[in-house]
Amino acid sequence: MSEIQPIVMPKWGLAMEEGALTSWLVKGGAQIEKGQEIAEIETSKLANVFESPASGILRRLIAREGDVLPVGALLAVLAPATVSDADIDTFVAGFVVEAPTDGGAGGAAERKLERAGRTLAYKVTGLENAATPVVLIHGFGGDSDNWLFNIDELAKTRPVYAVDLPGHGKSSKALATGELSELSQAVADLIDETGARKVHLVGHSLGAAVALQILRDRPERVASIVAIAPAGLGDRVNAQFIDGFIAAEKRKDIKATLQFLVGDPELVSAQMIEGVQRFKRLEGAKEALRAIADKNLPSGRQTANFRDLVAGGQAPVLILWGERDAILDSGAARGLPSSVKVMLFDNVGHMPHLEAASKANEAMARHLEAADASSRTG
Amino acid sequence: MAKKSYREAIREAIASEMRRDPRVIVMGEDNAGGAGAPGEKDAWGGVLGVTKGLQPEFGADRVLDTPITESAFIGAAAGAAATGLRPVAELMFVDFMGVCFDQIFNQAAKFRYMFGGKAVTPLVIRTMYGAGFRAASQHSQCLYPLFTHIPGLKVVLPSSPYEAKGLMIQSIRDDDPVIFFEHKLMYDETADVPDESYTIPFGEANVTREGKDATIVAFGRMVNFSNQVADELKRDGVSVTVIDPRTTSPLDTETILDSVAETGRLVVVDEAHPRCSMAADIARLVAEEAFSDLKAPIKTVTAPHTPVPFSPALEDIYIPTPAKIRDAVLAVTRGRAQ
Repeated sequence: MSEIQPIVMPKWGLAMEEGALTSWLVKGGAQIEKGQEIAEIETSKLANVFESPASGILRRLIAREGDVLPVGALLAVLAPATVSDADIDTFVAGFVVEAPTDGGAGGAAERKLERAGRTLAYKVTGLENAATPVVLIHGFGGDSDNWLFNIDELAKTRPVYAVDLPGHGKSSKALATGELSELSQAVADLIDETGARKVHLVGHSLGAAVALQILRDRPERVASIVAIAPAGLGDRVNAQFIDGFIAAEKRKDIKATLQFLVGDPELVSAQMIEGVQRFKRLEGAKEALRAIADKNLPSGRQTANFRDLVAGGQAPVLILWGERDAILDSGAARGLPSSVKVMLFDNVGHMPHLEAASKANEAMARHLEAADASSRTG
Repeated sequence: MAKKSYREAIREAIASEMRRDPRVIVMGEDNAGGAGAPGEKDAWGGVLGVTKGLQPEFGADRVLDTPITESAFIGAAAGAAATGLRPVAELMFVDFMGVCFDQIFNQAAKFRYMFGGKAVTPLVIRTMYGAGFRAASQHSQCLYPLFTHIPGLKVVLPSSPYEAKGLMIQSIRDDDPVIFFEHKLMYDETADVPDESYTIPFGEANVTREGKDATIVAFGRMVNFSNQVADELKRDGVSVTVIDPRTTSPLDTETILDSVAETGRLVVVDEAHPRCSMAADIARLVAEEAFSDLKAPIKTVTAPHTPVPFSPALEDIYIPTPAKIRDAVLAVTRGRAQ
């Protein structure tokens, strides 16, 4: 029966208890590849495409379009052609919805680190695993929820920490300067807090520059880097996005700004807009964004450049980038030595970890495992 | 971020503004003491407990009990606002507001205008509204249309705990008199509310659901009912936009008109009586400004033009329900082009 694989309602984030299957994107009997978009699912917080967690023939569609089902409920069944219909019937009849486990984003604990009168908020999960921990660092204007589609996967094999950078999420909004070093110092405090000798750093956009700043300052603590649509490899940036994101207050303007982020503008849901609006209303949030932009992007150009560091091979680096990135041009990944792995995604914008989550997760997991293996043999 | 009730969200907003600005004071019946015993402190926190806990933290100088004389203490609050304080006065049930119309309509609302813009009146009047509490005709009305009618007043109708906190902080920081409507059946509703301060600007509608087939404009508690209907109808293939204007004065007409231009169909849901109501006002706006966008006649869902009944059976029929809202949306979308 192990050839039969259930596809169940995913758990996207702490608050999700149920989801609505809005539409199937595939038909019964189709050959499905892992990572293929198979359905659209909507929760009270967001709507997104659901990528198949496994490969196989779609033998049964259980959930009907419009069904609202609890997390873990059976949506469909994958199995090879050799499995009989009777066996699948038995599997479906005997399927029991498991209560969501403590692992993954569903069980990620929210924690706070107090340093010098400031609060650094983070989520942590996967602590039962022994492999080298990974710290996820979001980009400008984001927060730890940006890793909704990644945190579960990564936490299967290792502890995962997802930080809210200073000025963002539930961390203190007041900044001393807004310089990159202030952000990297805060993440370094979290690395100390993990108690691990080394950690992997996964950074998105500005968060990748934060990761690279840590690699520059404390190379002995960094096992490897995943840089997703990274800042710090060139000087260009879409200043219209940055200024628009800081200035936008009305939902219409926020929506227009957020559409820069993704290859498919339809991905910008009402809930995403609401989330950004809620963040920007918090006292001090706008000032924090302005300070970070002023220090790191004066006159619309990036100041920090880590090309030599990335090329230097101090730590294994994987770069993931969407070819339709309208914020930071993926062209900045060209001209790096072949030791730096670069993976480009078609039809994807600035958020490959969200827009092409399965593929990004797989690439990250492979990279982190390889880095762990080489550190054991080296 | 913790789940907080509508009641806690309002209290947290007032407390954080009292910490931030020493000019903010609280006054109202049993806001400081109560329970009838002489010298008893913080027994009630107002009739439904919103201000409980403020008196121990901020003291008797900033959290005041008032006599059961609305005309006197609302007048005192308006005067205090005109002379430098920022009072948050609680007028229990909006039904009692009648005895202080002069203080509100003729005094507080007019100071800025009559003194050539040189006077400000940073007064917040908190008040409970709405039916469903088995409290009969004199404790159940939705009188926000009366205040919306008066230029110089701002009128706020928070539809969730998150909205309540941000709109209350905005109300206290605003320099004009604000009438802040709290639905008494929503006090125990909970939702994620940030611990930090934040403000939600007046005159900026919230779009709580996005759809293409019809637009619902709903107020206060009716926003939740409308969201529920939009979620149900989505499963039946009808996609509905729900707009919560948040404030009836000022009113975000742009968001409403933009949405009607997209959907061509409008349902207004208002718990108040139908005549001279927000339902009538929004219908007038759209009929006048967007008639050519309309693909179906406008529908309104309101209470009937009668006092709120005391009979529970009648009261339940009196209040707009999700079923009535659903019927109205289906009526305007019937026969729509696919």
